[in-house]
Amino acid sequence: MMTARLIAGLDVRGRIFLAVLALAIVAVPVLNLMVPPGSPFHMPTYLVSLFGKYLCYALLAIALDLVWGYCGILSLGHGAFFALGGYAMGLYLMRQIGSRGVYGNPLLPDFMVFLNWKELPITWWGFGFFPYAMLMVLVVPGLLAFVFGWFAFRSRVTGVYLSIITQAMTYAMMLAFFRNDMGFGGNNGLTDFKEILGFNIQAQTTRVALFCITVAMLAAGYLVARAMVTSSYGKVLVAIRDAESRTRFLGYRVERFKLLAFVVSACMAGVAGALYVPQVGIINPSEFAPANSIEAVIWVAVGGRGTLVGAALGAVLVNFAKTWLTGALPEFWLFGLGALFILVTLFLPKGIVGTLSDWSRRRAEARAAAPESRPAAAE
Amino acid sequence: MRALPSLRALLTAIALLLVAGLPLHAQIAAQDPAAAIARLATDNFREIEAGITELAATGSDKAAAAIQALADGRLFYRQSDKAVFIRDAAGKHVDARTGTAPAEEPSGLRPVRLNNAVRRSIEAAMGTLTLVSPDPAKRLSAAVAVFRSRDAATLPALDTALAKETEPRIRAALAQARAAVLIAKPDASDSDKVSAVEIIAARGDQDALALLNTAKASPTPIVRLAAETAITGIERRLVVLNAFQNIWYGVSLGSVLLLAAIGLAITFGVMGIINMAHGEMVMLGAYTTFVVQEFLRTRYPGLFDWSLAIALPLAFIVAGLVGIAIERGIIRFLYGRPLETLLATWGVSLILQQSVRTIFGANNREVGAPSFMSGAFDFFGLTITYGRLWIVVFAMAVFVALWVVLNMTSFGLKMRAVTQNRRMASAMGIRTPWIDSLTFALGSGIAGIAGVALSQIDNVSPNLGQSYIVDSFMVVVFGGVGNLWGTLVAALTLGVANKFLEPYAGAVLGKILLLVFIILFIQKRPRGLFALRGRAVES
Repeated sequence: MMTARLIAGLDVRGRIFLAVLALAIVAVPVLNLMVPPGSPFHMPTYLVSLFGKYLCYALLAIALDLVWGYCGILSLGHGAFFALGGYAMGLYLMRQIGSRGVYGNPLLPDFMVFLNWKELPITWWGFGFFPYAMLMVLVVPGLLAFVFGWFAFRSRVTGVYLSIITQAMTYAMMLAFFRNDMGFGGNNGLTDFKEILGFNIQAQTTRVALFCITVAMLAAGYLVARAMVTSSYGKVLVAIRDAESRTRFLGYRVERFKLLAFVVSACMAGVAGALYVPQVGIINPSEFAPANSIEAVIWVAVGGRGTLVGAALGAVLVNFAKTWLTGALPEFWLFGLGALFILVTLFLPKGIVGTLSDWSRRRAEARAAAPESRPAAAE
Repeated sequence: MRALPSLRALLTAIALLLVAGLPLHAQIAAQDPAAAIARLATDNFREIEAGITELAATGSDKAAAAIQALADGRLFYRQSDKAVFIRDAAGKHVDARTGTAPAEEPSGLRPVRLNNAVRRSIEAAMGTLTLVSPDPAKRLSAAVAVFRSRDAATLPALDTALAKETEPRIRAALAQARAAVLIAKPDASDSDKVSAVEIIAARGDQDALALLNTAKASPTPIVRLAAETAITGIERRLVVLNAFQNIWYGVSLGSVLLLAAIGLAITFGVMGIINMAHGEMVMLGAYTTFVVQEFLRTRYPGLFDWSLAIALPLAFIVAGLVGIAIERGIIRFLYGRPLETLLATWGVSLILQQSVRTIFGANNREVGAPSFMSGAFDFFGLTITYGRLWIVVFAMAVFVALWVVLNMTSFGLKMRAVTQNRRMASAMGIRTPWIDSLTFALGSGIAGIAGVALSQIDNVSPNLGQSYIVDSFMVVVFGGVGNLWGTLVAALTLGVANKFLEPYAGAVLGKILLLVFIILFIQKRPRGLFALRGRAVES
């Protein structure tokens, strides 16, 4: 009933998007598990994880589009929320290793034994318990976003200033996580995971399951974001994006609207990070690098900001191009990415989806206007 | 352990005994080692020791040769006429007094014998000989060596050397060495020790502190009191010195930040353009320096010291031209859309990085320092390297030059006019697009110049710019957009604050704390320390 109403409320783009996801959730397990490896239709497991990774990025892109596309907050620090979610999942996975580490210590992860630590730091407590870890995936990025946003929006830090301090935030987080004293593995990060909820993390079925969960979460993230932006709350968000002062003068508490969007977006990014880590197998401080966050921004720009579906599409397309180019012509990836930044901002400011929908709307208008104008032109 | 002081006392006693008649003899014999050498022609150990000491005091080459020969067992004497000969490796003999070979091979020679007392005085004599060596550098290093060893046996030699020394620097070193010996010497008189403590206190560094702490253990209250007073004085001095050192390091770091950020103060601060490729302009400047140096190394090696001077205008031109290209090609279509500018210039930065990586390779490139930038000097106890000093001077020079351009030239006037009111400036006949280009070129060019300086202290690699971009933005935002003074104050404040935080928090945590501080600061004052009205504010 709920679902039916949700789908009924969707536009064409959204329906296509959900249909593609539904297809993926059926086709990928079938192609990977049912089709025998010799067949040309077989999908290797590494590809499943690769697509899973793209979809995590897509979820991150949707999260970013929620704040940038609809609220005008260009966050250059969303990679920090993504990485924090990833670390929360990483801590859980580390605790699952148990005594199977190189040093065989039942309590401490290898790097702590190596650093000669005697007991588990307080930050690690409880991460052996899956529901707690999942809660932290939402709470840690959400809390950071709440504190950061509360300060920033209340003092009306906007535009490029906000972008710069979000960048400084993720940079500071990167420096902090690089420190061994932080107790999160320092430079090397967390890796060498064994199992998740008792399932072997390397196993084919686990990989496929992770992929399916990612697809489901992407769909859920899309629906949440969609519900937010189509509601009356979303109308205010757009109003803030287009004329912040005017919205404030109309009596809306602008900072609260922004804060909610920012926190939801951060939680979504955290979930994306949490799904990313088991599929990639490692989380390290370089995920916090400012460059990563800016790269996420270009996915949204390529796909079309303020479209949600476009953000997801952009993330998948750009990352597919990245995988392909870094393999085929490694020298040219940065040229390509740089050119993408320039060309998209100069010539495709609305992104692929935005431009396409503009184009189809113009055609529809032209067709509607055609019957009246045609005879006039003929005479 | 208990045996040690008594042994030392014994040695000192022997040394004192030896020196009893020394100052007189030393002065007389100073010029002529022959008489002293003659005293070695005996089998009386006492006499030999006295001869060695006297010989050492002459400080001549012949004395050194004779003592070395004695130490090696190659010194012989003839009983009949007290002649002394040195036998060389080939078995030939040389007269020790004249340094010439005798007319006929001498016969009836007996070796000058050694015992432990003699060996000790030989050792002391060697030290003395370097203390009075004609080479000032050798004398200084000998004095420093004695200061470290605190060997009581060298005391007479020190006295001799002090009496002869004319160079004030070495005199001071000798006096300090003598004081160090006296403090370490258990049986020195209290008045000697107190005056020694005063001399050491004047030195006022960590070494002095360590030495005075041994003096503090002295049984006599007067010496203890003197040492304690001196220690408090030195510790206070060291605290002040440490503070000054932190300030200096901070100013030096601040100058680096200033150099990196000052171009951005123009492009971001004045024009309101978020130029994420700013760091790459710095990198281009650094690579220009590298190319200039490579060219000079192969073609005109003599001009190497001028390489930085040659690189400066070139770096300005290279970075400025790239800046014009970026402004005309990309940014001018994006005025009024700062977030898009940010993304586009980030793309530019990626392309510039990859271009440099393709042309020069991904590894660090070696940029040499001209001779005037190497070395260091001592400034009231602070060690200041010339490289750092020049960076500070250079940063200030760039700042002043930029200030002059902005405030005293017609270009600067037009630039400020466009910044404050674009339409009015345009109505007054200023070609605003042209000014935009030139302003952006100026900011980029300054970044290129900064690259020349930063190539001296940082690795010249394609990632050079990336490491400065966050810092530069922080400086400009902290200082207040559109204000050069704000940038200066912010850079120096952050530099000094960083260096004062480092001892407590460590380098990385200190940096994190500063970033957090700036993030909080921007909440409080979103327009920075010194806010300015203008286009940047309106947007």
